[in-house]
Amino acid sequence: MMQSDIYTVNVGPIHPSTHGGLHAEAVMDGEIIQDVIVHLGYVHRSVEKIAESKTYQQFVPYTARLDYLATNLPVLGYCQTVEKLLGIQVPERAEYIRVIMAELSRIASHQIAIAATGIDLGATTGLMYGMRDRERIMNIFEMTGGQRLLSSYIRIGGVAADIPKEFIPVVRSFAHDIPLMIDEYNGLMTGNEIWAARMQGVGILSLEDAVKYGVTGPNLRASGIAYDIRKAEPYGIYDRFDFDIPVGSRGDSLDRWKVRIEELRQSGRIIEQALDNLPEGEITARVPKVLKPEPGIEVYHRIESAKGELGYYIVSDGGKKPYRLHVRAPSFINLMVLPLVCRGGVFQDIITNIATLDPILGESDR
Amino acid sequence: MEHLFTNLAAAFTGWMITLGLSPVWADIILLLVKWIIIITIITLNIIVLIWLERKVSAFFQERLGPNRLGPFGIFQTIADAIKLLTKEDIVPSAADKLIFKTAPMFFIVVAVMLYTVIPLGQGMEVINLNIGLLFFISIGSLSTIALLMAGWGSDNKWSLMGAVRSVAQMISYEIPLAFSLLGVVMISGSLNLQDIVAAQDNLWFIILQPIAFITYFIAATAELNRGPFDMPEAEQELTGGAYTEYTGMRWALFFLAEYTNLVAVSALMATVFLGGWQGPWLPSWLWIIIKTYGVILVFFWVKWTFPRIRMDQLMSFSWKVLVPVSLGNILLTGAGIYFCKWMGWC
Repeated sequence: MMQSDIYTVNVGPIHPSTHGGLHAEAVMDGEIIQDVIVHLGYVHRSVEKIAESKTYQQFVPYTARLDYLATNLPVLGYCQTVEKLLGIQVPERAEYIRVIMAELSRIASHQIAIAATGIDLGATTGLMYGMRDRERIMNIFEMTGGQRLLSSYIRIGGVAADIPKEFIPVVRSFAHDIPLMIDEYNGLMTGNEIWAARMQGVGILSLEDAVKYGVTGPNLRASGIAYDIRKAEPYGIYDRFDFDIPVGSRGDSLDRWKVRIEELRQSGRIIEQALDNLPEGEITARVPKVLKPEPGIEVYHRIESAKGELGYYIVSDGGKKPYRLHVRAPSFINLMVLPLVCRGGVFQDIITNIATLDPILGESDR
Repeated sequence: MEHLFTNLAAAFTGWMITLGLSPVWADIILLLVKWIIIITIITLNIIVLIWLERKVSAFFQERLGPNRLGPFGIFQTIADAIKLLTKEDIVPSAADKLIFKTAPMFFIVVAVMLYTVIPLGQGMEVINLNIGLLFFISIGSLSTIALLMAGWGSDNKWSLMGAVRSVAQMISYEIPLAFSLLGVVMISGSLNLQDIVAAQDNLWFIILQPIAFITYFIAATAELNRGPFDMPEAEQELTGGAYTEYTGMRWALFFLAEYTNLVAVSALMATVFLGGWQGPWLPSWLWIIIKTYGVILVFFWVKWTFPRIRMDQLMSFSWKVLVPVSLGNILLTGAGIYFCKWMGWC
């Protein structure tokens, strides 16, 4: 073997492929990765501390900024946690609308993951395909919440406003087109020899390691466990829907990629079922203007976000504001396996692994 | 129309001789004029080419592409060029200044030199060199040095990684590149590009040498640093590779040289495999343009469809697939020529 010096390369915090402010310090031996040191905190804005100075309602928009690519999911998680804290019963119609919006957010997030993986691996056309399809979801969000990216449409007790007339046909046509989009992604990327060679066997995350590190979401399912909180511990009305949990077998980048693509299809199925069963009625529960939970109550609630298990832990001291709020951010925990999956690979595998682990730094740094 | 440019050149030489210059000096001045014309054509062509690539990629990606400046955004490249000209020229303080500054110049000079031997029409070339193909291959491989200079001179890890990759890649792909052209040389019996064009009078070499065409296309893609083999640049991984530290016009020179190389290699492919300037009805210089642009469009298509290959896979693909295949092609061609002669067909 040829001997060479060990050197470090700073991938990020300013780098085209680090999905925000990720700083991965790669310790390299030639082209082989010896270690990766993940430095976090570049987009830290103390969201958890801010929560302590905001009332429960005021904090809703902040949660949208955690995972800004799947904007409705962190909002849904927070609102459900507060509802659990106060014992608020959400009307049926609002529940269904929430499911539609949550699944649309999941699709949007996965499409960004697909697009970003495309650009990171040099398939720029893949980026445009993912972004083009996500644009339709952004238009739907604009239709309901008035804002495209961070609509904060879901509120404590229900949703902000009723859906407009044209909402149902638009969403239905989108859900109908999802299999066609998947065919396009597979045709352009998954079926490509170079694509498969770049991903197969790269960044293998064994099941034991995944469980040990607490990895959740598509990354865990790619390693071989059908663990999805929507099934394992259904929240809201998720127990009423019929959908499958796509599972990988090897836990490599290609499996993570395929799981995400398959989840698009399952989310589409959920949306179609929700549209079929959407009842008439109220869109929000009667929620008092000032929320004052009982003192000394602690609540933990978790949902299946696009990135994994997103949990909120709220402690109430009886005031208008939470005494303590903690976010269990899946991206933060998923990122911890980056050194593990990168070691022994070549430099380009870091980029592949970051792309397929799909972290979002807004959530990881909070 | 066919002899438009050759007649013009002859008239020009004749005019200079009437002015009292000796024929030798007239030839030298004609050569200079040819160079100036070629450099002008290259520069103007690249303005069109960059616009075309942006439009073609936009078509693949279901975007609009440049559409603000002029009809179909045709003036976008000119605006970009003006922007690049007026940008601050930053030379990193730690850079090896001489190497850093000469690298882009070296790259563009080498790229322009490729046009010396390409037959741009019947009797239209700068120099009718009897080892034209060899000249093209050897000059083409010099661009590696420019990239290495850029990478080394920048004193930046990304640049150096890009440069080292580019050297490894170009050395590996130089071999199948030359080997795949060898079959054509064996059939035509000449390294002179005009002779190779003449040998394709009846049948294009793409039909006689389909394997060589494919291996040459792949190797040429790697030589040109274009996707899926754009290792030295690799903006998503190496943040710009060898060009990371370059700004303004120096960076633009690299960009210009890459496109110059692209046109040159496409023109060579058209010459060697697609019958060169030969074609019915239209004048020869128009045929070579049409064929060159056809090859360029295929390069665009490949770039905007495929993801980037990994470095180790790139190397093993060259040594384990392309080199054996191109060697096998030489064997097959030799056997074919022997068989042809034995049967008395040729």
